Amino acid sequence: MLPELGHFALILALCLCVLLGTFPLYGAATGNVRYMGLARPLVAGVFVFIGLAYVLLTYSFAIDDFSVTYIQQHSNTLLPFRYKLTAVWGGHEGSFLLWTFMLAGWMLAVAVFSRSMPIEFVARVLGVLGLLSVGYLLFMLATSNPFDRIVPLPPADGADLNSALQDFGFIVHPPTLYMGYVGFSVVFAFAMAALLSGRLDAAWARWCRPWANVAWSILTIGIALGSWWAYYELGWGGWWAWDPVENPPLITWLFGTALIHSLAVTEKRGIFKSWTVMLAILAFAGSLLGTFITRSGLLTSVHAFATDPERGVFILAILTLSVGGALLLFAVRAPLLRGRFGFGILSREMLLLVNNLILVVSAASVFLGTLFPMVYQALTDDLISIGPPYFNAIFVPLMALLVLVLGVGPISRWKKTSGRYLTTQLLWVGALSLALGIALPLAVTLEFGLGPTLTVALASWIVLSSIKDAKNKLGNKKTLMAGLRALPLSYYGMQLAHLGVATMVVGAALTSVYSTEKSVLLGPGERMDLGGYEFEFIGAKPITGPNFRGMEATLEVYRGDELLRELHPERRLYLASGTPSTEMAIDAGFWRDLFVTLGEEKGASAWSMTIYVKPFVRWVWLGAIFMCLGGIVAAGDKRYRRALDKQAAQKQTASIAPLEPAEGVS
Amino acid sequence: MKPHRRKKLGSILFIALGLSVAAGLTLYALKQNINMFFTPSQVAGGEVPKGQHFRIGGMVKDGSIAREDDSLSVNFVTTDFISEVPIHYVGILPDLFREGQGIVAEGVVDTAGVFQASKVLAKHDENYMSPEVKAALDAAGTSTEGSLPSEGYKPQY
Repeated sequence: MLPELGHFALILALCLCVLLGTFPLYGAATGNVRYMGLARPLVAGVFVFIGLAYVLLTYSFAIDDFSVTYIQQHSNTLLPFRYKLTAVWGGHEGSFLLWTFMLAGWMLAVAVFSRSMPIEFVARVLGVLGLLSVGYLLFMLATSNPFDRIVPLPPADGADLNSALQDFGFIVHPPTLYMGYVGFSVVFAFAMAALLSGRLDAAWARWCRPWANVAWSILTIGIALGSWWAYYELGWGGWWAWDPVENPPLITWLFGTALIHSLAVTEKRGIFKSWTVMLAILAFAGSLLGTFITRSGLLTSVHAFATDPERGVFILAILTLSVGGALLLFAVRAPLLRGRFGFGILSREMLLLVNNLILVVSAASVFLGTLFPMVYQALTDDLISIGPPYFNAIFVPLMALLVLVLGVGPISRWKKTSGRYLTTQLLWVGALSLALGIALPLAVTLEFGLGPTLTVALASWIVLSSIKDAKNKLGNKKTLMAGLRALPLSYYGMQLAHLGVATMVVGAALTSVYSTEKSVLLGPGERMDLGGYEFEFIGAKPITGPNFRGMEATLEVYRGDELLRELHPERRLYLASGTPSTEMAIDAGFWRDLFVTLGEEKGASAWSMTIYVKPFVRWVWLGAIFMCLGGIVAAGDKRYRRALDKQAAQKQTASIAPLEPAEGVS
Repeated sequence: MKPHRRKKLGSILFIALGLSVAAGLTLYALKQNINMFFTPSQVAGGEVPKGQHFRIGGMVKDGSIAREDDSLSVNFVTTDFISEVPIHYVGILPDLFREGQGIVAEGVVDTAGVFQASKVLAKHDENYMSPEVKAALDAAGTSTEGSLPSEGYKPQY
């Protein structure tokens, strides 16, 4: 009964979304305030019904209702309770329900936190999101209903959640990633609303920026969580594999990063308007592309898509309609969005334009590398793969270039900056960065390497130029505290996010240079040296978990004569599905990670294992945390919370006033 | 031409030049990093140029896995049920490496005709068959049922 209620709730939500996608938009086009006013209550209704469907599916998981096909496929009576609750997104159908639920959540947030925006704008934003939800809900009901039943005889037990997913990372990564992904739909809707109304000014950019920042922050942390999860769970010793599953979020993130910078120019200078809108469309297209690639079967084989085209074609249709429609609207309306001001060859606008170009080119090259094998297979029927060297060869130099520009950007001035000013400001910063780049790695490792030198120099360049910029801003204030208080939150956010970039650059580059790994066969009592640490294998013993059996090994790690700690890598066999799985043991640290993955037992209680020493790997995720916090801090700037700017306020009251009595009568 | 027009044209040309250099470098990098894929039958038929680094996909032949007890070295045979290619690998095999399962290996064929693998990937859930393995079996006409997974490491959800 309950699953049917969930199904019914989805259908009701679809009906409400159809209303949401028509009346408020029509109202905004014709100036009908009553229709526009429907947007907020309809959104509340959509949220309630999709939320109800979501809760019912979760509840059915909790009570082991294996008569539901989806639950039978992704759960089991032995599955620990926390995974039963989260197995909702353990497969395609439920993931999509979560995705739609997240969109409903964002819509509700827009409905609640949009008091400072004119009603017609809110109506347009929510209307566009309503149309998107119609597409998603139709897709779910037509091709991937999570509430389908197994009739007539329900099985006694389920097939279990994929053992590789039974992990903390699975609980946190998908919801965060989806939330970030879907957040860009909101920014997209803002852009569409601007195109529809023809109003794209500084006020629009101010409304848009906090949403773009928050969506970007959540996507940043979502990608970082995925990378961290893959790192500790899959045990191949890396944190990013340029896998076709992880590339689309990165593409979206790169467009999103370009977008939040371009929005800054649109807000401060009233230019880059159509470019900003274009980036909003691209970021949104990136998020849909990610869904399309993973959900269509394209990823596995072009032929999988051809043999079971239903889902793929449906998402392709959503993609074509929304992105195609947006581009069409853009083509018609963009000529209206002309900027008023020019800017010099050397100016902050120019540097931000370069930032945008680099980000868009890197997104495009990742896109090319991800889709090329699929296109190649479709055309020639030959299978190829594009290895990480391609991505590294393109991405690393582009990011280095981006970091160079990053150091100059904040210190330069709008409109026109003299080259001499920049030179006097940055000459010492550059010299000191270079000196640090040469000295630090040399002092620690007693060896010169080009990679570490460039890395430390680039990271210092970011940090030192940020300090220099802050010093300039604080220099003419009476006291330091007064200066610090006078700086807007968005400035702190920017600095924090840029510090995050520096941290991530150090982590990503140094861990790839200094990491060492070794696969060995160790008997009890045998020792091995790696990267200045000694690992002693003590032995292995059997263990039993709630839904698995396995072996647990014990290793002692020594530095010199001092025992640092014990590591316990495991090998598990999941009972329901019969799949083996390796649980690595990690000693995490600020400066380095030590980790061990267990292979198999060979001969007289000797085990094969791979041991890794990975310096600075934590800095990658630390950098992502800084970026995320930076985005959120910037979104909290008080200028975004200022009530309607006067002009808009007058316009709105003028259009509402004559209609108010009519509302009173009804 | 007016000065501001000339300036505009200059910046457009500059951007166009930058983009074409970027596109050229990208395509070059792409070309350098394409990994071709071959089936055991193609390898046995001599279709692979000597010394080329490539990927091979097939099933692990039943009873073919020979592990050495005192090292990490392992030998096995991959097959598409028509031709067979022996593979040698030193290291720890993936969790799901088993006889009768599909695998993909990356490496080169040595002078003795043994494929020296630098990397071995196996399927990661029960319904998983790598597209390469599937294609190999399809090409040989010996395909079994099974849905397709990604080559990568990540399970899908």
